[in-house]
Amino acid sequence: MENLVIIGSGPAGISAALYAARAGLSPVVLTQGPGALGKAGQIDNYYGAPLTGPALHAAGEEQARALGVRILETQAVGVVGFDTYTVRAVSGDFDTIAVLLATGAKRAAPTIPGLKELEGAGVSYCAVCDAFFYRGKPVAVLGSGDFALHEADELAPLAGSVTILTNGEPEAFTKPCPYPIDRRPISALVGDKALAGVQFADGGLLLANGLFVALGTAGSAEIARQTGAELGADGSVVVDAAMQTTLPGLYAAGDCTGGLKQIAKAVHEGTQAGLSAIQYIRDYRKTHPDL
Amino acid sequence: MAKIITSANFESEIGQAKTPVLVDFWATWCGPCQRQGIILEDMVKDGFPIAKIDVDAEPELARRFRVMSIPTLIVFKDGQEVKRLVGLHNRTQLEEALAQA
Repeated sequence: MENLVIIGSGPAGISAALYAARAGLSPVVLTQGPGALGKAGQIDNYYGAPLTGPALHAAGEEQARALGVRILETQAVGVVGFDTYTVRAVSGDFDTIAVLLATGAKRAAPTIPGLKELEGAGVSYCAVCDAFFYRGKPVAVLGSGDFALHEADELAPLAGSVTILTNGEPEAFTKPCPYPIDRRPISALVGDKALAGVQFADGGLLLANGLFVALGTAGSAEIARQTGAELGADGSVVVDAAMQTTLPGLYAAGDCTGGLKQIAKAVHEGTQAGLSAIQYIRDYRKTHPDL
Repeated sequence: MAKIITSANFESEIGQAKTPVLVDFWATWCGPCQRQGIILEDMVKDGFPIAKIDVDAEPELARRFRVMSIPTLIVFKDGQEVKRLVGLHNRTQLEEALAQA
């Protein structure tokens, strides 16, 4: 059992890891690389560190490693649980007392006509929640990476068929995809009161009663949504002053909470989240001395 | 505790209810539903009219109301659906949905 799993190794995730490690915890950071920081050139507006984004990111990881923080290159695809949590990653599962979502923010999803209108009527963002309703029916997963594959795995035992729709995006699976892949760009979702099918730009139609959205990698917002934490109207993760989401022991920090997309803000939120998680884990252990 | 609705009592509890009722379609294995349940039980304590339908136990009711994603929250008034919220919603949003009915 881990005590703190941090998803993301940007300024928010690493700041939390630094505080947690110095407090005697053994945080593990799951990362897929530098994210937005990796794309930043020379940073001239962050206190005392006129570095490039990649250099700052590398320095942060190095600083954390020196304190004993484990940094693992893997993709988190979901978090389940309620009391303690299980972080599902491509490399395996991590059981943990607390989780920090610090994946950064995602670029906006493509606007597909019908997607918004058919939410809850065939369009779903949570395979583990909704697979049940598609017993024996044809479903599709929108996405082109391991997150999509994970959602397909949840659906496959129940659904009649599962097709992966990449919507013209390049595939980024790190393991073989056992499901049929349709690579055509999507023009619209069709269906009146409920989803009936997916219309492609070339005029073709795929019959599907369910479409599960799992674009790119699982971001903090997707993970929060699947776990049952609240999202704001803009899709950011709702947190309180302690950086806790609406679920006890589940924290979020950095770009994924909305507001300023600045390193200083991410460092502050990561620090607060780290301190809050330390307190939470200590309190949790008082009632669960075996952990 | 929120009132448990089954096909046997749906007519009497929801169909013939004199005032609006917020009905939560949920299941035990759904994480967001558990969170939603806590919010709803809190509202029950403060007297809000709330009922729950377990979609595992009542697949017929889930089909009848075209529930394809959970949690789904439906406000019924005079036995008719007047408002539907899909996904986890906070207390303010639920109170608003009831007030508008």
